[in-house]
Amino acid sequence: MLAFALRRLLISVPILIVSTFVVFVMVSLSANPLSPLISRNPPPPPRTIELERIRLHLDQPILERYWHWITGIFSGDFGPSVQSNLNIGHEVFARFGVTLRLIVLAMVVALILAVIIGVISAARQYSKFDYTATFFGFLFLSMPAFWFAIVLKQVGISINTAVGDQIFYTIGSSSVIASGSGFWNQFGDVLGHLILPTISLALTSYAAWSRFQRASMLEVLNSDYVRLARAKGLPRWTVTRRHALRNALIPLTTVTALDLGSILGGAVVTETVFQWQGAGAFLLNGIKTSDVYAVEAWLLIAATFIILLNLIADLLYGLLDPRIRYA
Amino acid sequence: MPDSTPTTLGGSRFAPDDPQTPRGAPEREFTVKERSQAQLVFRRFLQHRLAMISLVVFILIVLFAYIGGAVWKYGPDSITPDNSAPPSGEHPFGTDAVGHDQFAQVMRGTQISLQISVLVALFATIVGTIWGSVAGYYRGWIDTLLMRISDLVLTLPLLAVAAVLAHQSGGTWWLIAVVIAGLYWAYVSRVARGVVLSLREKEFIEASKALGASDARIIFRHLVPNALGAIIVNLTILVSIGILLETALSFLGFGVQVPDTSLGLLVSTAQTAVDTRPWLFYFPGIFIILIALTINFIGDGLRDAFDPQQTKVRA
Repeated sequence: MLAFALRRLLISVPILIVSTFVVFVMVSLSANPLSPLISRNPPPPPRTIELERIRLHLDQPILERYWHWITGIFSGDFGPSVQSNLNIGHEVFARFGVTLRLIVLAMVVALILAVIIGVISAARQYSKFDYTATFFGFLFLSMPAFWFAIVLKQVGISINTAVGDQIFYTIGSSSVIASGSGFWNQFGDVLGHLILPTISLALTSYAAWSRFQRASMLEVLNSDYVRLARAKGLPRWTVTRRHALRNALIPLTTVTALDLGSILGGAVVTETVFQWQGAGAFLLNGIKTSDVYAVEAWLLIAATFIILLNLIADLLYGLLDPRIRYA
Repeated sequence: MPDSTPTTLGGSRFAPDDPQTPRGAPEREFTVKERSQAQLVFRRFLQHRLAMISLVVFILIVLFAYIGGAVWKYGPDSITPDNSAPPSGEHPFGTDAVGHDQFAQVMRGTQISLQISVLVALFATIVGTIWGSVAGYYRGWIDTLLMRISDLVLTLPLLAVAAVLAHQSGGTWWLIAVVIAGLYWAYVSRVARGVVLSLREKEFIEASKALGASDARIIFRHLVPNALGAIIVNLTILVSIGILLETALSFLGFGVQVPDTSLGLLVSTAQTAVDTRPWLFYFPGIFIILIALTINFIGDGLRDAFDPQQTKVRA
């Protein structure tokens, strides 16, 4: 299994190189990051433009720029940003720290929801609960994440004005005032800011997983060994929990890992609505200002996350299901 | 429509006009009219109530967007003297601050969003299906190579990379569709490969190989008809995924651009006015949900209808 993990890690290196290279070329060709400087009024002296061009390595051909970027990564240099005072390496990790809170919490909530709803739906197939859960599953599957986030934000604001107090935080990932007022205050403040975005991201993500969990649970519940366990007189709930659920959870690991990319997309949208200064805002700003090194830093970290999580899911699959052996 | 020749139960499942199907075979106790696979699928779909209702609603939305857009008294560009007017008989969905009739705007937005999502579904399905089928059918190094390329595309966070690419599209609707499909086909290729991998091991494929059928005959006569169900279901679901991606992209500012409009762009411009002019925000949003929801239900109905294990409606 160690050999399998190592081989997979080795394959992911060229994948990372090719995908970052493709995006690097696309962003570099798409627009001139110097154009805001050139069109500035009064026009800056040509010397300033020339210096900026050299600072952004624009005097080199694209291949050379990419080579410098990728070799620079190993020494912790993520390349120059369009904003001259911005350290991309420093900034991107701080931003992902903020975003990771949202993603991890939302994924945990979504997974718990998906497993509970999926299992009950399967155990009570064609019951009222099953039909209701199916309907809401389809509804959230069809819900645009940004629209739902705005609705939630609006509900939060309405409740705040109705009560006349700040119950839900609707803007930002933490308050400025709370920083420096003790760990627990800060912790509570961060948690308070997380509530609405987490609900939004979790509800718009759980639906596909709960449908999947229901299907895999149904398959296991109809299998021979479950029927045998029931025939031997074991209580229904014990069979569902100890015999069926354990096996029905296995396929979900792979699906969860595969969906990380779309959760990242959902997080970008959710952060935009709640005006978080997270990785999403960092990326969108990078795209808008043609800040190629910023976009690349975001992509490198995001793609690494996706690859690692998929690898972990595959390894976990082998551990959970003894029939699968990696050679 | 149904053939009146009585035959054995269900008829042949895989090759409807196979010469071995006993036409006019001796009558059995349970005689059933012969129906082709397509007729069976069609009848099963008709009996799926939710899917049928969804199909009607979806057709109504399409008619609303295209016929409505052609006959409605205001165009999406026309500026009326009423601004920020709430919904009324004159303006069923109200107007925005400039005086645009929101009814006409939603019609135009629905057109563009539908066009993009249908194009996404078609492109991604065609490319993904061919890609995945070739990989699954030939296996070996072709499979490895093609699937590594798919994996590469799959490691890219879709919405983010679509934003990078669509930023250069200048808001041209079909370019946005190409960008989304250009990233989404990889998912389809995985599904298609899985279907083909399991089909190619089936006995009827082996049998036709033993009979000396060529690759082309096996692919077009046996593989494609059997994979068609999965492909059509996937295509349907892709339309709903396409509309959610397009609207998200337009919402972020990288999709359809201002002189034109889409449902996502309408929500985006209305997000600061949820409180003061809620009609600007809720109507386009509800249309996105309605389109995605009806398509998901239609897809679900099709999935049941294409399922060969489905026995509910046989006669």
